[in-house]
Amino acid sequence: MKKRRAYDYAKYGYIFSIPFVLAWLIFQLYPILYTLVLGFSGLKGAGNSDWWGAMLWSEPFKNFITVLHNKSFKNAFLNTLLIWGLNFTPQIMLALLITAWFTNRRSKIKGQGFYKVMFYMPNIITQATVAMLFAQLFLYPKGVINDLFISLHIFKDGPVDMLLSKNVTRGVVIFIQTWMWYGYTAIVLISGVLGISPELFEAAEVDGANQWQTFFKVTIPSIKTMLLFTLVTSLIGGLNMFDIPKLFRDGGPDSATTTTSLYIYNKAFQGGYLYGEASAASMIMFAIIVFLSSLVFYLLRDKDEVELRRLIRKQEKEYKRKAKMSRMM
Amino acid sequence: MSNSNLQLTMDGREKGNVGNIILKVIIYILCTFLAILSILPFWMMFVNATRSTTQIQATAVSFLPSKYLFSNIGILTSKNMFRPLVGFFNSFIVAAGATTLAVYFSSLTAYAQVVYEWKFKNAFFSFIMAVMMLPGQLTLIGFLQMCYKFNLTNNLIMLILPAIAAPSMVFFMRQYLVPSLPIEIVHSARIDGAREFYIFNRIVLPIMKPAIATQAIFSFVGSWNNLFTPMVLISSPKRYTMPMMVSLLRADIYKTEFGSIYAGLTLTVLPLIIVYLLLSKYIVAGVALGSVKG
Repeated sequence: MKKRRAYDYAKYGYIFSIPFVLAWLIFQLYPILYTLVLGFSGLKGAGNSDWWGAMLWSEPFKNFITVLHNKSFKNAFLNTLLIWGLNFTPQIMLALLITAWFTNRRSKIKGQGFYKVMFYMPNIITQATVAMLFAQLFLYPKGVINDLFISLHIFKDGPVDMLLSKNVTRGVVIFIQTWMWYGYTAIVLISGVLGISPELFEAAEVDGANQWQTFFKVTIPSIKTMLLFTLVTSLIGGLNMFDIPKLFRDGGPDSATTTTSLYIYNKAFQGGYLYGEASAASMIMFAIIVFLSSLVFYLLRDKDEVELRRLIRKQEKEYKRKAKMSRMM
Repeated sequence: MSNSNLQLTMDGREKGNVGNIILKVIIYILCTFLAILSILPFWMMFVNATRSTTQIQATAVSFLPSKYLFSNIGILTSKNMFRPLVGFFNSFIVAAGATTLAVYFSSLTAYAQVVYEWKFKNAFFSFIMAVMMLPGQLTLIGFLQMCYKFNLTNNLIMLILPAIAAPSMVFFMRQYLVPSLPIEIVHSARIDGAREFYIFNRIVLPIMKPAIATQAIFSFVGSWNNLFTPMVLISSPKRYTMPMMVSLLRADIYKTEFGSIYAGLTLTVLPLIIVYLLLSKYIVAGVALGSVKG
């Protein structure tokens, strides 16, 4: 009787997981496989979804070869890495600085809640709007930034069309990304530091460590896992970057802010409708991202296990101590 | 060694007070500067939304609002292209629908992980962890072709249904459920004769309210702000979502209507800022839990 009931309940484990599995198969796995197949096909134009035509294409790897040899794909890939790297570095540094300030035990900073709300705000606003807003602020000849620089006598010979310069446009995109994300990163890292056992800091204080030593020797090592996680999520987001460069300058000037996502979008949906090539490019990026994130997760898992073992050992010690205590009582 | 360390701490204590105060002042100044930097672009936008195009052409920088907000909105909507109400309605349907599905089914999947003992339970959990990081945006071409096949392009339902499978939300819900669901409640409900679905809907879901609230906020905002998927899938202006409406402001007919562009941007931002300021406490707490990824 008892055995049958247990079996009955196990059934619900499967039943309750069915919606997730079905939705995942239809809306995630099928598109992945379909995109992969399209990558091997010569498909052009929307709606032509002839599987067999796609499968029987005479040169299945042509798209992949074309994409990998394509100068504009390489350019887009380098742009993506450059923009991500140059936004992640100041972002993580600023976030660490804020973390150090806000978790400092000696100078208790007031109004942290307010500051966190302010720092995080740009992140919640629609990226499309943010990009359009900045495009508007940088308008030539009569934009807010131009007016500001003229009144500050930085531009002495009248307005400058700053967004004609590749590096300035890239710089603005990088600034927007940093501005949108440092608050998020800071909040995550602060919560990580608050999770560190206070005993560790007390021990460091007793040992005579100063604030900088405490931060670099105690705080940073303790949130290593969190830093790694931030790195990988930011990397995946960065390699998918689309909204800001698209709506800020539509990838320009001269493709200086064309990211790989923008490249894929242009290939597939603007002009040529080269679905095959766009799919091949998608799959190349897909493979890169999966490789990078599984690499980091491999590293993460190892660390977690070490952490777990340490925790178990600690608990065992605690248990032994308690047992001793109770015996003494 | 220990001697020199002691020396250092003594020095530190003596200088500590003055140094600390200077450091504190610097921290407050920089934090306030960053806070202003967060607001400034939006304040500029709001002010210019209330100024006429002629005023903006005279001086683009102004910190004081004027009185042309409604005339700007009037110009904006008279061109019959940027329709904020249509965008708002469509975005609301998509975001509310996707959030409801994501929250409900993620909770259900997490519940199956926590309460029942079944053969593939652990394997399934490893699978969820593995697919959590798959970049969905890159498979959009396959997704679009699938929608063509079933004649479902231009249908908002295709922006809603995929939300049923949200691996990172399942992960979060499971982490929440493990320590906060007393299994005895489930047992006693069974003894009272409650069916499994009833237990989940009436007993477990209420327990999960805090987790659901956090996840719902982020799911809603993420769905509301999504540009890439709707841009590829939707072509009929009747079905445009809010971010797509924003992209229309790039159109040539608005090019010289500076005040109206700012007004349009303000209309898309205002609901988000209001909601954010109302829920900011929960949102920041939710971010701290590591519930969003970017």
